Amino acid sequence: MTTTMPPMSQRGFLRWLWRQLTSMKTALILLFLLAIASIPGSILPQRGTNPILVEQWLTDNPTLGPVLDSIGAFDVFGSPWYSAVYILLFISLIGCVLPRLGVHWKAMRSQPPPAPKNLSRMGGTAFEYAGDTQTTIEDARKILEKDRWRTVVGQDPSGVHWVAAEKGYLRETGNLIFHFSLILILVGVAVGGLFGWRGNVIVREGEGFSNTLTQYDAWGGGRLSSADNLPEFSFTLESFDVEFERENSQEGAPRLFEANMVVDRPGVEGSTRHLVEVNEPLVIDSAKVFLVGHGYAPHLIVRDSQGTVVLDDAVVFLPQDGNFTSTGVVKIPDTDPQLGFRGLFLPTSAVDEIRGPHSVFPAPDDVSVFFGAWEGDLGLDNGIPQSIYTLNVDDMTQLGLESLRVGQTWQLPQGAGSIELAGYERWASFQMASDPGKELALVAAILAILGLTLSLFIQRRRVWVKVSQVLEQGSAGTVRVEVAGIAKASGHNATEQVDHIVESLKGKTN
Amino acid sequence: MDFMDSVQLADASNNFVYASMVTLFLATILFSVSFAAGRRRPVHASTTASKVLVESSGSVLLELPEKEASLDPGRRSANIGMSLTWLSFGLLLVGVVLRGVWAGRVPWGNMYEFSISSAVGILAVYLIWSTQRDLRWLGLFVTIPTLLTLGLAVTVLYTEAAQLVPALKSYWLVIHVFAAIIGGGAFTVGAATAGLSLISDKGWFKQLPSREKLEGLTHKVIAFSFPIWTFAVVAGAIWAENAWGRYWGWDPKETWAFITWVVFAAYLHARSTAGWKHQKASVIAIVGWLSFLINYFGVNIFVNSLHSYSGM
Repeated sequence: MTTTMPPMSQRGFLRWLWRQLTSMKTALILLFLLAIASIPGSILPQRGTNPILVEQWLTDNPTLGPVLDSIGAFDVFGSPWYSAVYILLFISLIGCVLPRLGVHWKAMRSQPPPAPKNLSRMGGTAFEYAGDTQTTIEDARKILEKDRWRTVVGQDPSGVHWVAAEKGYLRETGNLIFHFSLILILVGVAVGGLFGWRGNVIVREGEGFSNTLTQYDAWGGGRLSSADNLPEFSFTLESFDVEFERENSQEGAPRLFEANMVVDRPGVEGSTRHLVEVNEPLVIDSAKVFLVGHGYAPHLIVRDSQGTVVLDDAVVFLPQDGNFTSTGVVKIPDTDPQLGFRGLFLPTSAVDEIRGPHSVFPAPDDVSVFFGAWEGDLGLDNGIPQSIYTLNVDDMTQLGLESLRVGQTWQLPQGAGSIELAGYERWASFQMASDPGKELALVAAILAILGLTLSLFIQRRRVWVKVSQVLEQGSAGTVRVEVAGIAKASGHNATEQVDHIVESLKGKTN
Repeated sequence: MDFMDSVQLADASNNFVYASMVTLFLATILFSVSFAAGRRRPVHASTTASKVLVESSGSVLLELPEKEASLDPGRRSANIGMSLTWLSFGLLLVGVVLRGVWAGRVPWGNMYEFSISSAVGILAVYLIWSTQRDLRWLGLFVTIPTLLTLGLAVTVLYTEAAQLVPALKSYWLVIHVFAAIIGGGAFTVGAATAGLSLISDKGWFKQLPSREKLEGLTHKVIAFSFPIWTFAVVAGAIWAENAWGRYWGWDPKETWAFITWVVFAAYLHARSTAGWKHQKASVIAIVGWLSFLINYFGVNIFVNSLHSYSGM
């Protein structure tokens, strides 16, 4: 920071503040702050990407967790302090590039400055050859203009003619384009954040989905987005095909995910078939349908103590590891007392002492489900919404544990009823998203790269050619030519350009 | 492809990688010999010598460097080191290509493949640059990190070739990863020159180009890699939009790519800020390279990220 004290008057103080904020050093410090502020967002779980892990973290760290939570450590990129850093950075950026825009505009329209008095000080080249001043100057100007230099011709008070040339204005143009594109990217992000929406849904094989808010498992939209105007469409997941690696060291790695969908949309006669894959989303108007996950849904039949069927459905279980050891919950609120089950679905079953029951391969080669059964009060009546994936057993008593294979039935102790594993289905999870700001962000990003490339690869250079009549006797028709040049950026020079001009001029006279 | 073919290709690919490592190791030894011999050379010997040459007459100009080269064992070993580095680069390139043929896809499906390709990237940036200017003095400091990368690849990270996971089946893999490999290779070379600029006035390092020169070279190589890195990040964002429905989601990999980008942006700003142009800028360049490394090794191995494709 500069060592000057802030002036006392209010206006003076504001001007001082502005100058501090828009200085390069401030920009540097803000860039560092931005980098450092991003780090916790990559170490701690974030609500935006992994809310379940955040809850887990808070449960595991009861003292530190709430403190970190209160300062937004689990939502770093939406926290006030993170926003403060990037907003200040953008203010600093605008304050820095706006004045430069004016300066550059003027520079673009001005002529190159006249040749300095003493070119030899700039390490130029001098030579003599036959010719007259006017044609030599004209030749030099033509050579320069052919190489797209901006030129101006003039004469010293001493009578020496010169051409001054400048090149590389695109460097600053690129620099300005780059910085303004960054603002444009931010606008694109903001448009997406305000008007965009995103929703997730799990669909079982054979099940359908229609694009209305109530059908989503989770839906989030920007402040100015509207859930009433979602694009109209519906689809059925006909089948979901998965393949896993069965050989070599990467055994179990996924090799294929394919969702076969039948899609209906207004304005399109009949249904259309679509294959949705991981990198192949389905595009419907302003929305896209992405395949983001999959898992198993065991088909369970639960009977009450009288033998009446109270549940006959495929229940979605969530995968917990790469081999699809999956957990799920069944709640039966209509029996008295109520029944609850926790289940562990194993596509390829194994049991060992350390890990207990777990799956050793993601494909359904040897399916079994481990159940724990409870009876009592599910706690659904206290008005607090419950997740369908958790079972609150505070007011329940455990009836026992059992593992079932497909077709097997477990008669619950004390005649409480039974549960049957009738089979299993697959489910796929989809993300529907609309981001009206993404095109703007993309165009801005392309402009930014373009501007950046110009500003880093183009060098601003000036060269001068001076031509004077040689006045010694017997040298009539001989001129002395001096060529010199400079590059604006340190570490660069204009030697190559000067050499080229000298070569070209010599070539013309020969 | 029948089984024998596949096994032969796998062996061939691995053998080329090993051969490349042996060659590169020899190159490193020769560069070390040259570096050790250079400590007795007067400070900035090569630059002062060339100045004298320019001012002298043409005939002397032609004779002197050759004489010098034959007299100086350090220079000769650096030349052999350079040739061996080219050879090692060629062998490694064949190894990577064979790996791709074996797997039937671009060889960028897991960390072993990323690492051997990154080694190709580092060597490519260095060798192509060395055709523009004399960079023999830098050889030692480029071959060592390359050898380390290859060493990690063949020991810790080795994975048999297999098909890609569905998430990687996209032509964006080629575009995004290619840009990241070249950008990362150049950042590595830049970190080498930045690091050397910080110690160029100490002991044996006095034989190297001057601090200002090293800083200028660092700037050049980072000015080259920064737009490429920006492109890699943008290409990744386009791909993410196509695969996950959002172009930016602060996944740890994205976050560290962003941090790397911000630090190198700070470097470029520092280079045009009074009081920050020299040592401070070099330190920032090294910090940027470290965050690139964190993104590559740290996020792939230790963090639960959408990008965890290490294959381990």
